[in-house]
Amino acid sequence: MSGRVLVGVKRVIDYAVKIRVKPDNSGVVTDGVKHSMNPFCEIAVEEAVKLKEKKLIKEVVAVSCGPQQAQETIRTALAMGADRGIHVQVTGKDYETLGPLQVSKILAALAKKEDAQLIILGKQAIDDDCNQTGQMTAALLDWPQGTFASEVSMEGDKLKVVREIDGGLEMIKINTPAVVSADLRLNTPRYATLPNIMKAKKKKIANVNPADLGVDLTSRVEILRVDEPPQRQAGVKVETVDDLVGKLKDTGRI
Amino acid sequence: MVSPFPHFSRALFFPQISQNLAIIYNLLHVITVTTYGFICSVPCLLCVAASYGLTDEQKEFQKVAFDFAANEMAPHMAEWDQKEIFPVETMRKAAELGFGGIYVQPDVGGSGLSRLDTSIIFEALSTGCVSTTAYISIHNMCAWMIDTFGNTEQREKFCPDLCTMEKFASYCLTEPGSGSDAASLLTTAQRKGDHYILNGSKAFISGGGDTDVYVVMCRTGGKGAKGISCLVVEKGTPGLSFGKKEKKVGWNSQPTRAVIFEDCAVPVTNRLGEEGQGFNIAMKGLNGGRINIASCSLGAAHASVELARDHLLVRKQFGETLSNNQFLQFKLAEMATRLVASRLMVREAATALQEGRRDAVSLCSMAKLFATDECFNICNQALQMHGGYGYLKDYAVQQFVRDIRVHQILEGTNEVMRMIISRNLLTES
Repeated sequence: MSGRVLVGVKRVIDYAVKIRVKPDNSGVVTDGVKHSMNPFCEIAVEEAVKLKEKKLIKEVVAVSCGPQQAQETIRTALAMGADRGIHVQVTGKDYETLGPLQVSKILAALAKKEDAQLIILGKQAIDDDCNQTGQMTAALLDWPQGTFASEVSMEGDKLKVVREIDGGLEMIKINTPAVVSADLRLNTPRYATLPNIMKAKKKKIANVNPADLGVDLTSRVEILRVDEPPQRQAGVKVETVDDLVGKLKDTGRI
Repeated sequence: MVSPFPHFSRALFFPQISQNLAIIYNLLHVITVTTYGFICSVPCLLCVAASYGLTDEQKEFQKVAFDFAANEMAPHMAEWDQKEIFPVETMRKAAELGFGGIYVQPDVGGSGLSRLDTSIIFEALSTGCVSTTAYISIHNMCAWMIDTFGNTEQREKFCPDLCTMEKFASYCLTEPGSGSDAASLLTTAQRKGDHYILNGSKAFISGGGDTDVYVVMCRTGGKGAKGISCLVVEKGTPGLSFGKKEKKVGWNSQPTRAVIFEDCAVPVTNRLGEEGQGFNIAMKGLNGGRINIASCSLGAAHASVELARDHLLVRKQFGETLSNNQFLQFKLAEMATRLVASRLMVREAATALQEGRRDAVSLCSMAKLFATDECFNICNQALQMHGGYGYLKDYAVQQFVRDIRVHQILEGTNEVMRMIISRNLLTES
């Protein structure tokens, strides 16, 4: 077992930014907009670093796919405690159409190349909310998956994962190598400390091309149109329960 | 960039924050009481963004400071002010990140960063709470003085605990009878064997009574600056006592007390540098202190500009939002311009000090004078733009105004800054 963990980190528009749709409805405005690491990816990095601190794994490798700016996101992971980074260079049209399918192909290829024992991802990205990459990566590798993890512990070469599901909490035991996707309550990500930020400067980030990994980036999905959510309409106040039932029937709700 | 605790996750636990998120994501203009203390951790206004011109590493430092300010300080800023709480635990958390001795050398636990890095960090932290950040900057100044002018034993004894904020520090120069005329101080330190016996009192000491390490300027020799030495006095030393806690207009998250010496015996080994070097040490500390205080003013002004902008976009009068009013548009533009001008001066002064440039002292004085004055006016204008709401303690802008008002007075009044600058201009050969 290599003791190596791959952590995927995605650069997304910062959660606090007011999202604006482009005038041509082809997407959202990203130029000049503040970006940062996807919050669920931060939780994933934190979990990986925690496992390393417990000496259950040996090396944390942060991976990000995108243009030059993706390196900032990798640097943040390094400042949090990752050991080295891999920047998979995807630019231009390829980057615009980059989705979970392509990213999972990339991660699967890297996992094999790096002989990873574990892949930890955020459960979803806050820009597309797909919640697919973890599951697809596991499928491509034919590895077990522990998604929506709120607790992860290692027992020998097995992984105990507590999953947050609609009905409550589900506990599963899976073999490694495996893919885990981090949910909100898995941990509280640490702040990078000033010394760690400075140490991160010396950590290496390798540049990789998707072509070198044998990955085809063609998208099977075409975005037709992006719109703002509809403006909330004013509601109507009703006096009695009968009125309410009547209105619900009128609008076809019941 | 690091966000230590996914903010939107807090939305699930804190309804008032989810209210703000609803505003952001639903793109609705809602006239609500702005939740006090939720200052956006990522100031997004393009032309006044504080991150322009910085290196990637500096941007990382800044982001950590912004996140810490938004998560750990801003939510408590009002409470700390109203209840006069000295937030020891929060400051120790800041110290864990390296904020306890930012420009102290790493061999004694400091972060070893530059004056410019420090200015950037304090500017960002200040958006979360000016008063607490200002105290942290004073603490940093004291730690630096011991680091720079102390011998090996003193550095090893005091600096590590100060850098972790296991212990807190206070800077003691001002006395009831000597403020601007600092060199006329009267606290005496009479040499008796291997101790100095201190008699006298210091006024307006930030942290006084709650802190552990006091860096005290006192008279060991004759009159004037050359008779002053710098001694480190530890809390608990017999003869060291404190006055009542002062009631202040702002800076309420740090206690301010008189520090009283009555036959207080301090070991000679606690003297920083040589006898007669104390005034020089004090002034060198203040050069950096002035940049730090000016940086705190910058943070407050930036936060206030954002609050004012948000209010103008939401508040409607005469059938349209205030943001359509040309006077207010122009006023906002002037505020932004003066903020950026102040920031440039402060950062240039920080660079000059770091490089040991000849103009460093003057530049630090100019930057402190300009930035503290301009930033107070900016915060005050921002309050005015809020109308009646600006006067309510439910809104953060009044706290920024109250907290930074004192920056025009301490660490050298802005009048003294003019003295330093004019002296430089008129006595240069």
